[in-house]
Amino acid sequence: MENEKHHIVPYRLYIFVLIALLALTFLSIAITGIELGSLTVAGALAFASVKTFLVLRYFMHLKYDKPYIVAMVIFVFAIFVVTIVVTFLDYLYR
Amino acid sequence: MEQAKHVVHDHYDAEASKIGMWLFIFTELLLFGVLFVIYAVYRYINHEAFHLAAEELDSFVGAVNTVILLVSSMTIAMSTTSLQKKNKALTLALAGITLILGVVFLVNKYFEWGAKFDHGIFPGSEYLIENLSQGEILFFGLYFIMTGLHALHIIIGLVLIAVVMRKVYTGKVHAERAALLENSGLYWHLVDIIWIFLFPLFYLIH
Repeated sequence: MENEKHHIVPYRLYIFVLIALLALTFLSIAITGIELGSLTVAGALAFASVKTFLVLRYFMHLKYDKPYIVAMVIFVFAIFVVTIVVTFLDYLYR
Repeated sequence: MEQAKHVVHDHYDAEASKIGMWLFIFTELLLFGVLFVIYAVYRYINHEAFHLAAEELDSFVGAVNTVILLVSSMTIAMSTTSLQKKNKALTLALAGITLILGVVFLVNKYFEWGAKFDHGIFPGSEYLIENLSQGEILFFGLYFIMTGLHALHIIIGLVLIAVVMRKVYTGKVHAERAALLENSGLYWHLVDIIWIFLFPLFYLIH
């Protein structure tokens, strides 16, 4: 039973995370407004990745979850990355 | 008999529920993940056309919807906190705000899609086939499929949150049995994460 005692996340933390997410959103809008060529895509995806990290860690409570749930999430994202890499190896070298 | 009934009723395992929810979320991530792979490949092949087609989308509407989803993600996360602090009224209020924001998101989408339809841009339209290149048609095809599938997830999330609100109201979901609210929150955050990628890929990169 004592395992089910959840960590109660304070409201304050959620507000900070939201502010960070909004700031990153506006930054990514500003950055993609500048012509950077192919760097634009990389920049936008980098901002999206940081935002996803914040959502997973704080909103989805991974920071307070047991390590094996974190490991599963990392594993699934790794599968996705491998899928992308393999697909592009195919398209780039065919 | 009575005892057996009791046992069934008491069967509650927050951690197992959470694992189940995460496993389901993984299948959702891979579902959208494959669509992102398709997007990436077509974008790589039709670079110019994707740039051109993305100009058609209103990044302001996209940004507004991003802000709406981020705020709604915070309110649903906060509702779990308030449930754990045994503040039922605040839990319902926060979940209610999430519900309203989700509906606003859908209304925005409705007008956005409506404007596209008025310009003759929808899958299989004559305007698309006659006036646009193959790459642009692909862009709009992916745009409608991916944002449409995402909107469907928003609708499912809203139904889920409405059900949880009813259960919080009737007292079936409370501080010691918060899993349903937490898992609905996880689902809502998943929808948020997918939008975090849809927004830059369709609205911003042009």
